[in-house]
Amino acid sequence: MSVILVFLLVIVGFAGWWLSHQRLMAKPWLEQGLIGDIIGPEGSTLPTAKIGLGVFLAVVGCLFALFTSAYFMRMALSDWQALPLPRVLWFNTGVLVLSSVALQCAAVAARRGQIDTVRLGLVTAGLTALAFLIGQLVAWRELTADGYLLTANPANSFFYLITGMHGLHILGGLVGLSRTTAGAWDGARPERLRLSVELCAMYWHFLLFVWLAIFALLAGWAATFIEICRQLLT
Amino acid sequence: MVDITPADAVPPAEVAEMELYHPHSWWTKYVFSQDAKVIAIQYSATATAIGLVALVLSWLMRLQLGFPGTFDFITPEAYYQFITMHGMIMVIYLLTALFLGGFGNYLIPLMVGARDMVFPYVNMLSYWIYLLAVLVLVSSFFAPGGPTGAGWTLYPPQAIMTGTPGGQDWGIMLMLISLILFIIGFTMGGLNYVVTVLQGRTRGMTLMRLPLTVWGIFTATVMALLAFPALFVACVMMLFDRALGTSFFMPAIVEMGEQLQHGGGSPILFQHLFWFFGHPEVYIVALPAFGIVSDLISTHARKNIFGYRMMVWAIVGIGALSFVVWAHHMYVSGMHPYFGFFFATTTLIIAVPTAIKVYNWVLTLWRGDIHLTIPMLFALAFIVTFVNGGLTGLFLGNVVVDVPLSDTMFVVAHFHMVMGVAPILVIFGAIYHWYPKVTGRMLNEAMGQFHFWVTFLGAYLIFFPMHYIGLMGVPRRYNELTDMTVMTESAQHLNSFISIMALMVGFAQMVFLFNLIWSIRHGREAGGNPWRATTLEWQTPQTPPAHGNFGKELPIVYRWAYDYSVPGAKEDFIPQNMPGSFGSSRGPA
Repeated sequence: MSVILVFLLVIVGFAGWWLSHQRLMAKPWLEQGLIGDIIGPEGSTLPTAKIGLGVFLAVVGCLFALFTSAYFMRMALSDWQALPLPRVLWFNTGVLVLSSVALQCAAVAARRGQIDTVRLGLVTAGLTALAFLIGQLVAWRELTADGYLLTANPANSFFYLITGMHGLHILGGLVGLSRTTAGAWDGARPERLRLSVELCAMYWHFLLFVWLAIFALLAGWAATFIEICRQLLT
Repeated sequence: MVDITPADAVPPAEVAEMELYHPHSWWTKYVFSQDAKVIAIQYSATATAIGLVALVLSWLMRLQLGFPGTFDFITPEAYYQFITMHGMIMVIYLLTALFLGGFGNYLIPLMVGARDMVFPYVNMLSYWIYLLAVLVLVSSFFAPGGPTGAGWTLYPPQAIMTGTPGGQDWGIMLMLISLILFIIGFTMGGLNYVVTVLQGRTRGMTLMRLPLTVWGIFTATVMALLAFPALFVACVMMLFDRALGTSFFMPAIVEMGEQLQHGGGSPILFQHLFWFFGHPEVYIVALPAFGIVSDLISTHARKNIFGYRMMVWAIVGIGALSFVVWAHHMYVSGMHPYFGFFFATTTLIIAVPTAIKVYNWVLTLWRGDIHLTIPMLFALAFIVTFVNGGLTGLFLGNVVVDVPLSDTMFVVAHFHMVMGVAPILVIFGAIYHWYPKVTGRMLNEAMGQFHFWVTFLGAYLIFFPMHYIGLMGVPRRYNELTDMTVMTESAQHLNSFISIMALMVGFAQMVFLFNLIWSIRHGREAGGNPWRATTLEWQTPQTPPAHGNFGKELPIVYRWAYDYSVPGAKEDFIPQNMPGSFGSSRGPA
């Protein structure tokens, strides 16, 4: 369970940092009148939707951290046999990076008001994300063709489970992305479009990060890394 | 002694007005409503309905235990199914849904001075997915083989094997799917509760001016958002094991002389995941109760809450600590003794912030102008019950005491006291307190008194003897105890007594439900602020609050939520949105 505890430590650190800016030492029984004069409107100046997405991403991060924890605990048992990763995963990783870059370009263009670049970026991101999903299916098919079936070994089970879970999240993101794309053509208000493009970009970067972490996990590098950490600590 | 500060000259709210969705038809107004208040009532009604099912299940269990052999239809399989469904419904579908979905939805926007939740559409979806989860759960009663009988912890491998009711039928599948749906729905609602507290607060409502109810619900929601994924992961992996034949949790097993295809899995892995959710869940239920009870006590004792800052810190501290105590549910799983020592230590440390809260409640009562209204009675009952349940928790938190006791009725009595009876008492108190705001009418006092005394005394008559027979060694999870040496004649008499008490307490709940319905029409008119309370929900222009909560302009907050009996003020309470500074003993505004 160490992975999830480290993840929670990060969350606690962030929450602590945020709380430390919230005047928790205030003595509200002595303060009458409007404190708002000093610190302006309550809440953050960030758009509410961004904060909402941030909280959601923390939950998603928690989910994958827990899968990772379970992975390591199951890995320690004797019947574990790592499976060879299909080469297509490298290609998929490249495509997903491309998708993220395209959305970042779209976000920058939206800030500058270049609607054509926004449209181009959104479509590129959508297509590359689809390509990623197809690539993942190809990887699954290669593995099953080579006899690495879901139930044959826990390493296989985890591979399908975790990549599947990540794919589902990409699929959900595509729903949001297609709505944003439709908005880019239907002439949504510029500030509204800008916000939704930025939200998509944020989600995409996060899922890219999750994918890189999963990739390292499934390839076995994460285990090596943790082993090194453990040796340093003991 | 009133000197109006320049605060009066403040321009109207600078908080951006949210775009409210205005319903156009009866359907969008009352059924597929995006108004948090309607969603709250939908959540509460659904949770109460499914809670009634769990109540009836507990009667059936008690009938079997108290009068073994009398009821033929309660077979061992049926008994396990009753236990499982009773536990799961009460903990997740009733308590979690009612505190966060019900009270959270109703109170957060009103108490922080918002027009609605920040994402109303997602909020609506949250309820409908919750309803779907409940329906899937209920459908398992009618599925072939009946609901699962795996115990509410659903431990593998037995949960998905032939010997367990529903293990190889539909029961366990429907349970897992229902839980997965619940978690998805809850995450949608939870995002709303958290972000509304962060972003929806009206002008002047700093975090340290929030009523403790909001602090409790807010912290509990953050915890739930981080804890429920663990249950989600456990459910998905078990679903894979059951439906697709993987071996995440399933070790090599011979069943009925046949080697199953599973092998090598770890049931302990499931326990870790389950309790990583399961222990925070205790506080997900307890923290909203802590918050609500603080407000009830302060309002009905006409006195500011003692140690507000410490109460806030304690809530946050308990929330954080509750993530590092989970393995105290697993002392008997054969784990490393040092591991147990660590978790025993963290478990006992959590008693410190909890005790701070109890002291502060008592000190709030000290020399207060205590009004023994029904909400206050329930709040007082909560304090004693929580202390009682908490003390036996200190016993069970120690490994050497837990090991012999962990399979006895003592544990059942402990957790029912601390996370069953105590939060339910707060729920009752909160309903008596806020019912006038929701409906505009008071609940009937006489029926309320009857409900309170029967519930309170009855709960003690149920669970005190249960501690005792647990110490005698009577095990839990057995549907028939008559042949055991520990089950002496006197112990069996106690058992029958407990069962009769359980039936009576259950009957009192029927009176309560009747009161809820009867008072909508016949209750005394309440007016806008019957308890003369300070928080914003009592200051709405209409009662019940209309769509958008606060009429034309959002309230501006000038003070904390606990200005009761301020020396020099005209009345013994000053609403949060009243400008000006009062009293000589206080600092300048």
